[in-house]
Amino acid sequence: MSVDSMFVHKMWDETELSKMVDGGIPFPMLSDGAGRVGTIYGIYDADAGVETRGRFIIDPDGIIQGYEVLTPPVGRNVAESLRQIQAFQLVRDSKGTEATPSGWKPGKPTLKPGIDLVGKVYREWKTDMAFDD
Amino acid sequence: MGEEFDVSCARPVSGAVGEDSPETAEKEQQEEKEAKNMIMVGKKAPDFTAPAYHKGKFVNVTLSDYAGKWVVLCFYPGDFTFV
Repeated sequence: MSVDSMFVHKMWDETELSKMVDGGIPFPMLSDGAGRVGTIYGIYDADAGVETRGRFIIDPDGIIQGYEVLTPPVGRNVAESLRQIQAFQLVRDSKGTEATPSGWKPGKPTLKPGIDLVGKVYREWKTDMAFDD
Repeated sequence: MGEEFDVSCARPVSGAVGEDSPETAEKEQQEEKEAKNMIMVGKKAPDFTAPAYHKGKFVNVTLSDYAGKWVVLCFYPGDFTFV
């Protein structure tokens, strides 16, 4: 979503993005001309008249599970967004019985919060697990 | 004659010569306050409808139509920007 019109979205997809992604952008490119949606989401920069790089992960119940906002010159890390979605999906599937510690990615151990884990996280999780191997 | 400028990731904007009126600044502050109160992790995402371009068609997209699915909502500064 940006403040550009859907017509400009069409031209951008046809003239440039389809040369990066086969078949063009697969998801809807939304237009927020007056920045109203961006204002509600707190990412519209009224002085510059543009939306900043806000990214919101919304679960199947319509609940915001996470967000990230960057100023325009720095691009996002898509892999990190995907990792967060995988983590939120795991937690949801476990009905809250599992949690993903710092540095978790698919295949790494989760934590099972409960009275037995109090003061014992050091047995399950080491600081090097916070970093990619 | 207009002055040429370098393009960057910030979209150039138009405006009246001089500073913002105090009313405008006040209104913006109020809007910012409201916006801050609305977004919170663990809380409902505000619903909206927006026109969109999707695979060769113009469509209206409503967030609540995606109930039951995971949604990534991405904002960006503008089409044809570089990052």
